[in-house]
Amino acid sequence: MGASWSAATSPVALSALKLTLLSAALVTVINAIMGTLIAWVLVRDSFPGQRIVDAVVDLPFALPTIVAGLTLVALYGPDSPVGINLAYTRTAVFVALLFVTLPFVVRSVQPVLHALDTEMEEAAVSLGAGSAATFRRIVLPNLVPSILSGTALAFARAVGEYGSVVLLASNIPFKSQVMSVFIFGEVENGSPHAAAAASVLLLAISLAVLLSIRGLARVGGLARVGGHE
Amino acid sequence: MTVTHPARIGLRVIALGYLSLLLVLPVGLVFEKTFAQGLSAVWASLTTPAAISAFWLTVEIAAIAVVANTVFGVVCALALVRGRARGRWLLDVLIEVPFVISPVIVGLSLILVYGTTGWFGKWLIGHGITVIFSPPGMILATVFVSLPFVVREVAPVLREIGTEQEQAAATLGASRLQTFARVTLPSIRWGLAYGVVLTTARALGEFGAVLIVSGNISGKTQTLPLLVETRFYNFDNAGAYTAGALLAAISICVLLVMTATAPDKRRL
Repeated sequence: MGASWSAATSPVALSALKLTLLSAALVTVINAIMGTLIAWVLVRDSFPGQRIVDAVVDLPFALPTIVAGLTLVALYGPDSPVGINLAYTRTAVFVALLFVTLPFVVRSVQPVLHALDTEMEEAAVSLGAGSAATFRRIVLPNLVPSILSGTALAFARAVGEYGSVVLLASNIPFKSQVMSVFIFGEVENGSPHAAAAASVLLLAISLAVLLSIRGLARVGGLARVGGHE
Repeated sequence: MTVTHPARIGLRVIALGYLSLLLVLPVGLVFEKTFAQGLSAVWASLTTPAAISAFWLTVEIAAIAVVANTVFGVVCALALVRGRARGRWLLDVLIEVPFVISPVIVGLSLILVYGTTGWFGKWLIGHGITVIFSPPGMILATVFVSLPFVVREVAPVLREIGTEQEQAAATLGASRLQTFARVTLPSIRWGLAYGVVLTTARALGEFGAVLIVSGNISGKTQTLPLLVETRFYNFDNAGAYTAGALLAAISICVLLVMTATAPDKRRL
């Protein structure tokens, strides 16, 4: 047991853990912003082809993760048609996680935004509030719980993601190796107990983060709870 | 509406640009790379014995997982929403577990339980049953990762429709089964359909969990997603793109069904 634990806290494992948590956190923050923006455009804007765009948002849910990884290799791999080669880099981890987590915040914010009455916003505008102030003071507080529940799902997914990451970012220790890839490697090397110890560490940390996001949503004190998806 | 015209156009451009760069362009490129080889090469690559076997194994595993999770999902949603049993909150939390755990950890935990050195390993060997590195383990992994979808889609609908109609049916002398078949099932059918579609998408495409428990033996325990990976690492990029494009085409069909079954979902 001691040996398993020291494998799970070895410098390689800790480096993978750090990369996993940092990229998941960054991706989650970007999702909170872009997801809310996309949801807003889908609900409050109207333009031709909007239903197609709405369907496209679900693509990462429908597409197998290995295919997501392959599409990123096609665009950002060694034969990139746009001249951007992200193979074996940390940026590749980041891009892959952005791809697979895109729908979570959009799908949790969208129904809440749709149900939100525009009367309050109109009142704010008629009282002289600018659109930025209206968004910040009226719309955003109503959306915060659903944004948080979307980001929690996105974070959980990002921390555990394997298939989409492994093709482009590969398995370079101390560089582009994320925790799920490290755990997979330990299983392949015939040390399932070291893999289990690393899994426990990863699960404990992501559980702590999820609980604090949930706590944050509760401290927000807002009764509205957005439905997922 | 409270946003000025230029700001609205700006937001629209950002949203569409982001989606195009991140999703549409890469997926389109896979199809481009596939068909650049010419149709006969694509056909040849899709009809190798390994590819055909992978295709059917993928379909069989997904079919079993979808049926299992549909039955389980409906029963579980009924227990959660209509049941009176204590500890339902625990079930509610457990249902979410597959969403929170990495597929790699799912596969690993199956090995720790059903592998040769696992908890049930000795018993299984004694009875001549292999789970890990064979289809039963792959089915277990797929069922595990796609478990929450039906429950999560059906439970809110059950909550929303309430029990009035079911009670009316019961007072008119309908049996429990009749009430379920004639009253409950028709009301939850769209939620159920959406859940089944999501389950299908996940079951057809699961990679990490299945890879760990499969052993990835070509012609035996290799599904389509595993074939994509194997071809990629064997420097058969064209073959990987072809198998990937087939999976992408299947998931785009799934996406179309998803959009058709959930038109009012996002509008709450």
